[in-house]
Amino acid sequence: MGSLLQVLFDALSLGSLYALGALGIALIFGVMRLVNFAHGDVIAACVFALLWPSVDAVAIIFAGNLPWYLLVPFVLAFGAALSVACEALVFRRFRRANPATMMIASFALGFVIRYFLLMLFSSRPKSVSLLPALSQPVEILGARIPLLQLITIAVTMAVLFGLTAFLRRTRFGLEMRAAAENFTMARMLGVRANRVIMGAFALSGALAAAIALILGSQTGTANIMMGASVMLMAFIATVIGGMGSLAGAVLAGFLLGAVATVMQVILPPEARAFRDAFVYGAVILVLIFRPQGLLSARGTRERV
Amino acid sequence: MMSPSVARRTIATPVLLGLLLIAFALVAVAVGSKPFNQTVIDIFLKVIFVVGLWVFVGNSGVISFGHIAFACLGGYVAAWTTIKPMMKGMSMPGLPDWLMQTEIPYWGSAMVAAGWAALWALIFGSVLMRLSGIAASIATFAMLAMVNSIYSNWESVTAATSSVVGIPIIRSIWPYLVAALISVFCAWAYGISRHGLALRAARDEPTAAAASGIDIPRARLIAFVISGAIMGMGGALYSHSIGIVTPDTFYLGLTFITLSMLVVGGMGSLSGAVLGVLILSTLIQTLRWLEAGVQVGEITFALPGGVQEIALGAVMILILMFRPAGIMGNKDLSLPQRAALETRGPTGPRT
Repeated sequence: MGSLLQVLFDALSLGSLYALGALGIALIFGVMRLVNFAHGDVIAACVFALLWPSVDAVAIIFAGNLPWYLLVPFVLAFGAALSVACEALVFRRFRRANPATMMIASFALGFVIRYFLLMLFSSRPKSVSLLPALSQPVEILGARIPLLQLITIAVTMAVLFGLTAFLRRTRFGLEMRAAAENFTMARMLGVRANRVIMGAFALSGALAAAIALILGSQTGTANIMMGASVMLMAFIATVIGGMGSLAGAVLAGFLLGAVATVMQVILPPEARAFRDAFVYGAVILVLIFRPQGLLSARGTRERV
Repeated sequence: MMSPSVARRTIATPVLLGLLLIAFALVAVAVGSKPFNQTVIDIFLKVIFVVGLWVFVGNSGVISFGHIAFACLGGYVAAWTTIKPMMKGMSMPGLPDWLMQTEIPYWGSAMVAAGWAALWALIFGSVLMRLSGIAASIATFAMLAMVNSIYSNWESVTAATSSVVGIPIIRSIWPYLVAALISVFCAWAYGISRHGLALRAARDEPTAAAASGIDIPRARLIAFVISGAIMGMGGALYSHSIGIVTPDTFYLGLTFITLSMLVVGGMGSLSGAVLGVLILSTLIQTLRWLEAGVQVGEITFALPGGVQEIALGAVMILILMFRPAGIMGNKDLSLPQRAALETRGPTGPRT
């Protein structure tokens, strides 16, 4: 019972990370058909926002020393601001470009952010003891669950409910959903395109910052490559979920987390090293049977 | 398969591109320095990769993140077939006996690698080519991650993540030049063949193409297999250029740099693919050279570390901003129309 519960919590917390990442990518894809490869580097930049720039081996904690009730809003605001800056400086000029061009541009932008971090902080991983109180385990029904896992899951749930409420109840959310459904039509009906896209980038940046906080306290290190693996899984989750469908992205994120965790448990030990290969194989299978994704958004379906 | 008149009309493109590559090789010989030689070899390898990528991506319009997986397959074929049997036994004890005893020259390994990669392209492709658009891109990405994960963990035949050493190193630039020329001409021949034209029609007007009887998955599969073979050959030669092979050589880094070269050059044309490599490689080299420091009189100018990559990213963004279809747009290099008419006679028979 205890170990089963442990697996469940592992799956949920890993799935939460993927779901948050997938949401960040799906939000932007929904409004402008951009597959944002810079997302992972925005995550990394948010972790480094806690440190003062220096190439020394020992990290100089700067914002990381703030009490948590200031720290969390600071990092979220930083992520949102960075993401909006990317939009204003780069992506705004690509409104009419085809998706492949935008994708490569976003990759190039991620490259710039990553090496900017490298220049300021060097490529060595640095230790950041972010909210150390969170690593204590809690006992639930005989399973020892790290407090951080519980918080990760709780935070993800809160974000999901908050976002749903925002999208369903506010005018801005309504505009954003309209834009995701049919961008041209929404513009004709008076939705201001640039404002909606800005909003999507701000939300996506804040989600990246949330991932950064979770990853930072989970691993205790800051590394310029740390966003990449979450980003790739999130990217896959967005597609499996159905590009542009926010609910699908979240569902697929949790699904990927669950599949990865369950495979870790049920695969025989000699095959365990190939876990990722099985996960990716499963991804291909899902795409073969449902190329439009699990929950396909209306208006993104490819014709013929 | 291809009509002679089309071949005569478009032959100028691969010939001009070939002359450009030969010019690079001659410059390398003239300069005669070892690092520069290696740089030019690297450029030729990138040309092979990007041209291989173009055969599929350019003609089908489907972005593939997975082609470097075929280079990985090819790279390990070079390790399996050219390392001395004794050394193979130490690093890769799980190989079957007949493979353990095999030792063939580098050009043999490049050919076997092309065949092996083409075989896997056929297997993966027959499943993946039923997808289109972004789902196809992600599926190719999953393929890349799958191949990488298998090669990084299958200790007994790939030595897992540690590097396999002892692959004979080929330092002469000519084999690489020849391979690059072969890929450019293969890509051109495919592009003007019945299948290439059908695939481009399907890229631009899928509905009309399907209605005119083009079997789109099959047309894509043919391109996928040909490009897989070119990537496999490139992968084997890559191993021979540096003498070692690891799974992570053939992963995201190489995937993104080759894709960037293709998109910056212009994925609509073969010239775009080749020029993208030449332009971005030249840019990267210049920035590296500046980073190492340039002596002007008493003072050495050097860029701080990391600036090279930042500048590269910024230049890519700027190029895409002002030329969203890449440097070449969708045009191919060709002789000016008048000149083409005049030279058609003399160049005709040579083709």
